[in-house]
Amino acid sequence: MQSFKYTSATSDANAVRVVAANREAKFLAGGTNLIDLMREYVERPAELVDVSQLPLAQIRPTTNGVSIGALAKNEATANHPLIRQHYPLLSMAILAGASGQLRNMATNGGNLMQRTRCQYFYDIAMPCNKREPGSGCGALEGLNRIHAIFGYSDKCVATYPGDMATALYALDAVVKVRGINGRERTIPIQDFHRLPGDTPQKDNNLEHGELIVSIEVPKNNFANRSYYLKVRDRASYAFALVSVAAALETDGSNIKQARVVLGSVAHKPWRSMEAERALVGKPATSETFKAASDAALKDAKPLAHNGYKVELGKRAIVLALQQAMTGGAA
Amino acid sequence: MDDKQLPEDLCLIEDEVPISRDEEKLLDELGLVGESRRKFLGQGITAGLGIFALQLLAKEKALAALEPTPGAVFAQNGMLENSVKVSMKVNGAARSLEVDSRMSLLDTLRERLDLTGTKKGCDQGQCGACTVIVGGQRVLSCLTLAAQCQGKDVTTVEGLAKGDELHPMQAAFIKHDGFQCGYCTPGQLCSAVALLNEARNGNASHVTQNLRTHARGLKLSDDEIRERMSGNICRCGAYPGIVAAIKEVQSGRETAQTWHFATDDEIAAVLTDDDKQQIAAMNGGGKTDAIV
Repeated sequence: MQSFKYTSATSDANAVRVVAANREAKFLAGGTNLIDLMREYVERPAELVDVSQLPLAQIRPTTNGVSIGALAKNEATANHPLIRQHYPLLSMAILAGASGQLRNMATNGGNLMQRTRCQYFYDIAMPCNKREPGSGCGALEGLNRIHAIFGYSDKCVATYPGDMATALYALDAVVKVRGINGRERTIPIQDFHRLPGDTPQKDNNLEHGELIVSIEVPKNNFANRSYYLKVRDRASYAFALVSVAAALETDGSNIKQARVVLGSVAHKPWRSMEAERALVGKPATSETFKAASDAALKDAKPLAHNGYKVELGKRAIVLALQQAMTGGAA
Repeated sequence: MDDKQLPEDLCLIEDEVPISRDEEKLLDELGLVGESRRKFLGQGITAGLGIFALQLLAKEKALAALEPTPGAVFAQNGMLENSVKVSMKVNGAARSLEVDSRMSLLDTLRERLDLTGTKKGCDQGQCGACTVIVGGQRVLSCLTLAAQCQGKDVTTVEGLAKGDELHPMQAAFIKHDGFQCGYCTPGQLCSAVALLNEARNGNASHVTQNLRTHARGLKLSDDEIRERMSGNICRCGAYPGIVAAIKEVQSGRETAQTWHFATDDEIAAVLTDDDKQQIAAMNGGGKTDAIV
C-alpha cells in the first residue's frame, strides 16, 4: 500500500475543505472497498480524511419520506424499523450484499461510491481505461462473463456491482451532497452514476471534494409489492451476475405503477422504462410480466461471454415481479 | 524457537498424557467423566482433539511469554513516515501505540500487540478469518485501519473466554467438531458470538421471510445460521459442526454430540488382516491394540 497521510475529520466542512484542496486526497468511511483497492495499488491516495466519526449516521422520517444518513452502516440501515416497514425493497437489497461483517463496516455513502469488480480493473498488470485512462480495456476482447450488456463503450465494459443502489433507483432516491463553502446540492439517483463513454475513470457525477451527506427516499406505495432478486454464482457472499429490483403498485388486479431496475448489467443500475411501460395499466399476470421482461432485454448487446445474461435477465424479471405480487415473501 | 524449551508441564508425550488443572476443567466442561474420560484420554495425543486444542492453546501462551516481542522490535525502528497515535481497548485492556497509517487492525493485533489468535487469511475481505468484534459489531480486521480504532473497544478470540472458562461458543465448537485445521476458527468464533447479539436484536438476513415484521429474540434455523455465517469461509468444510455449535448456543437447547472417538472394539472391527500385520510390524511384533 502506498504511504498516505491520515487525518480524522472534525466536521464535514473541515473534511470537504481538506479533500477539495488536494487532488490526491480521498474520504475514508467504512473502507471495505477503498482499503482493499489501496492494498492492490489500484487506488493510491496521498491523503485520507476519515469521515467515519462525523454525525451523519441518522435515519429519520421527513415530511416526504425518510432521510438516510450517508454514514449509517449498511446493516443498521437494512434493519432500521422505518426502512424495514416502509422500504423493504431497500432492506432486501442491502441484505443480499456482502457478509454480516462487511455490512457492519460499509456505509451507505460508501456503498454508492463502490467501484467495479471487473478483474482487469483490479489487476494492475492489465490494461484498464478506468484505472489508467488511455491504457485500453482488457475486458472488451478478454474474459467478460461478468460484464455489461447495456450502455457500455469501446473504452469500458465494466458493471456497477452494488445491490443497494439498484433498489434506490426503484425508489426514486435523491442523493444529498455537500461541497466547498457548505454548498449543498441534490442529485437524483439516476443521475448519480455515469455511463463509461470516453471517461470511464469517472464512476459518478460528484465533483472532487464533494461529500455525500444523506440519501433521501420519498414515500411510495410499493411496500406491499416489492422484491429484490439477486442471481449469483453461489447462494451467499458473492456479487450479482444479474439482479432485479421490482416494485409494483396495483389497483385491483391492474398495475398502477411499476419499477423494474436491473443490477450488474451496466456501468450503473439499469432502470427499464420499456419494462415499466409494458406493465402499467395491464393486469398483473405472468403474461404481462413476460412481455415486460422481453421489452427490458430487447436492446441488450451481450459481449463474447455474457450472452447468458439476456435470458437470465428476462427470467429474473418475471420471477421478481411474481415474488413482488406475493408481498415479497420469498 | 528451537533453542527455547517449552515449560515442562506443557510437553505432552505420546504414551503418557499428564492432565493439568486446566485440562481437568475442560474435560469436566465437556461432560467427559468416568469411563468416557478414561476412553478420551486413552486415545492418545494423536487422536485427542480436545488435547490437541489444549496443547495449541498452551503453546500460544508459552510463545507469547517469550522475549523480545515483535512490538519491541518495531519500536526500535524509530520514525514512521506517516504515523498515527491510537488508543483503544483490546480485550478490556487499554492499549496506546503509534502505528504507520497503513497498518491494518489485523496486523496491529498480531505484530504489535502479540495477539496472534486473529488470523490473516486472504487479507482482502473475502474469507472472514480475521473477524474481530469492534464496539460489539463483528468486522473484518484486515480492511479496518488501526487508525480508525481510536477510542474503540476491540474483542479478539483471546478475549472470549473468561480466564480459564471457555465461552459457551468455544465449548460448543469443540463439542460439535466445528473445526479441523483451526485456521478459520478464531474468525468463526468471533463471528458466531457477535451473531448471537444480532439475532437477539431481531436483525433480519437475506433468507428471513417477511422483513416488515420485526421481532426481537429470533430463533435461528440452520438456513439462517448458514446465511449469517457466509462471511466466514472454512476450507476444511467443517460447516455442519459449525452450524450445530451455533444452533445449540443460540437456541439454548443442548443437543447430543454426534461423534465420539472410536472404541478399541470399533477399531478392531474394521481392521483387515493386512492392517493388523502392518501394525504388528510397526510395533516390533507387539500386540495390534498398542497403537489404538
